[in-house]
Amino acid sequence: MIRVAVLVWLLAMPAFAVQPDEILQNPALEARARELSKNLRCLVCRNENIDESNADLARDLRLAVRERLVAGDDDAEVIDYLVTRYGEYVLLRPNARGVNLVLWLAGPIMALGGGLIALTYLRRRKGADVRPDPLSDAERARLEELTGD
Amino acid sequence: MFIELGHFALILALVLAVVQTVLPLLGASRGWDSAMAAGGPAATAQFGCLALAFGALTYGFVTSDFSLSLVAANSHTDKPMLYKVTGVWGNHEGSMLLWCVILALYAAMAATFGTNLRPSLRARVLGVQGAISVAFLSFLIFTSNPFTRLSVPPMNGSDLNPLLQDPGLAFHPPFLYLGYVGLSMAFSFAVAALIEGRVDAAWGRWVRPWTLAAWLFLTVGIALGSWWAYYELGWGGFWFWDPVENASFMPWLIAAALLHSAIVVEKREALKSWTILLAILAFGFSLIGAFIVRSGVLTSVHAFANDPERGVYLLAITGVFMGGALMLYAVRASAMEAKGVFGLASRESALVANNVLLAVSAFVVFIGTVWPLLAEMVWDRKLSVGAPFFDAAFTPFMVALAALLPLGSLMPWKRAKMDRVMAPLWGALALSITMGALVWVIQTGGSMLAPFGAVLASWVVMGVLVDLWTRAGRGREFSAKIRRLRRLPRADWGKSVAHTGFGVTLFGICALTAWQVEDIRVAQEGESFDVAGYTITLADVRGARGPNYEATLAVMEIARGDRSVATLIPEKRFYPVARMPTTEAAIDNGILRDIYVVIGDPQDGGGWAVRTYIKPFANWIWAGCIIMALGGCLSLSDRRHRVAAGAAKAPPAAVPAE
Repeated sequence: MIRVAVLVWLLAMPAFAVQPDEILQNPALEARARELSKNLRCLVCRNENIDESNADLARDLRLAVRERLVAGDDDAEVIDYLVTRYGEYVLLRPNARGVNLVLWLAGPIMALGGGLIALTYLRRRKGADVRPDPLSDAERARLEELTGD
Repeated sequence: MFIELGHFALILALVLAVVQTVLPLLGASRGWDSAMAAGGPAATAQFGCLALAFGALTYGFVTSDFSLSLVAANSHTDKPMLYKVTGVWGNHEGSMLLWCVILALYAAMAATFGTNLRPSLRARVLGVQGAISVAFLSFLIFTSNPFTRLSVPPMNGSDLNPLLQDPGLAFHPPFLYLGYVGLSMAFSFAVAALIEGRVDAAWGRWVRPWTLAAWLFLTVGIALGSWWAYYELGWGGFWFWDPVENASFMPWLIAAALLHSAIVVEKREALKSWTILLAILAFGFSLIGAFIVRSGVLTSVHAFANDPERGVYLLAITGVFMGGALMLYAVRASAMEAKGVFGLASRESALVANNVLLAVSAFVVFIGTVWPLLAEMVWDRKLSVGAPFFDAAFTPFMVALAALLPLGSLMPWKRAKMDRVMAPLWGALALSITMGALVWVIQTGGSMLAPFGAVLASWVVMGVLVDLWTRAGRGREFSAKIRRLRRLPRADWGKSVAHTGFGVTLFGICALTAWQVEDIRVAQEGESFDVAGYTITLADVRGARGPNYEATLAVMEIARGDRSVATLIPEKRFYPVARMPTTEAAIDNGILRDIYVVIGDPQDGGGWAVRTYIKPFANWIWAGCIIMALGGCLSLSDRRHRVAAGAAKAPPAAVPAE
């Protein structure tokens, strides 16, 4: 069921992803366009980048990216161009500004915190009391029975 | 009539679930034996009722009974029989019924195979499991009843979504649900143990097979889904970091952590409260997954996203079960005293490291998944979190996991000496780095991803071999070593096989990502072109008719030099009832590479858009998952779990004379 959603949306569109007529003549520029496309969201799709999307809007965005590249923009300028028009919603790789720092740092901080907690726990276990539990009355009775006292 | 019978059975199942919850829990707290014993029959009867209800719904689909609104909305008389049957769970109501059937199946299995459990623990496990059933059955009956009738049935149905008309639908959801729902058993065991206030080695041994089963089903389910997407999507992606995928991936990660920490509980009676917490969280992520998939809160366009009321109900279920269990945990966890003592370098510590890495990586996936929602609700920022984030934030943990894996699996319990652990591994490390160097030399340019993946993957796999070699005994004759290996417990073989699978998947992902070749072009009929050493000819394009669709077929001949490799026939289909097109890629599967071709639209200037991909080592990704699941099966078949039965019986006659 999980994939179904992806499938449903992806294939609901008649055309498919990058069309032959979109590809730039200059292979270096085209490679850059593909790289950039992977980080840009098709705004009307679910969590899909414009490189893979079949939606018409994705095609428009792909063409816009290529247009800017041909006009001589560098990668950052192309991204800025799109963000000023569509907002940061267009970025699949959220920028690390403001509260987004929480998102980016959550993993490292959790790993660090988890590691420290684990280390404290492990050090404590190392010096832990080795004595086994005292016998319960029942166990003592059984022991006496076995040893024949 | 049969349909009505199914409807009644469904309602009866809810009543039985209430009985299964109340009587055993009450009995266990009061010490009433007969009330405790009622849990088993109630669980079995509930499963019987739900199986009947499921049978009735299937009957409705198979006979195309369009007076059922669910059948009218999701079926059609022209639909092939396979999809009439699988269509039962190709929708929200039916899949929820399947979920409940599996929930009851697990409870019935616990009732049948759990006769060796302490009666009070068994009663409480069944009671908690019953409570989960009550929640989901009432959700099913009151918000998404699959047996709703139409007063005026239509002449024909509106057909199942064409994308679901694939054999993938037969296996992917049932396996996934067996996994999701299987984690409810770990949850029930954890809550029962918290109520009892007692977690010991026996508890670890009981909870492990259920977790193992859930994990291996989840592994297969996720792999099947990934493979389905690979051949169905038309560009061969295998993982998208989509919220619904993450919903299945988080429980998988936590279940993997739980599997490993339960070993420590079983063997060393340590990490008890952590293991309990993981068992609660694993099912918690399953519930969150169900909420994400069915509420539509994270995904505006979605097959199941249709009713906020359902979302609220599922959120309430998640809240009640997680809140209740975590509260109980907060009160009771301190009572779980660890017994085992171990050094900083030891198998125990290695498993703790495994748990930290898996749990944190699951948390990273979680925060990435809910961040867009959180950012919009709290800070009013509308943003996206997609694959580039997850690739960057998640991957390091898997790299660390793979790097530590051989070390950890060679460490002895209690206390290890690092130089002794590393001694047999130096060779493996050197060989792995050589492998990486070799790959780097062979590939012309390109990223460091593939060499890096080769190093990691061979380090993991070679670590497994070294582990087995040392287990076979030092300085023995070869035949003696083999004999000894054959006598190793199945669980040890399971571990080796599962870890090998992890290595294989790792390599597949790196190799495919690094070396994939793509070609997009317009081709005329009869035209040939070269892609990565293969000559591809678009021989013919023609129309065809399927049972419930119309198709455009392209015949493409693949050759390498003079040798013909394959003839592939990709399709474009159109389903008139659902008014929906689909692309059917054609794939020549191979061990070293897949050739993947897709036919697109006819072009204005004549010719067809054609996409060709060469996907190196693609099948290794899923082969690795299947190997991992096989490892799980091996481990599950270990004597210990079967005889655990015997070992767990109450110690004889410790009762003083009355």
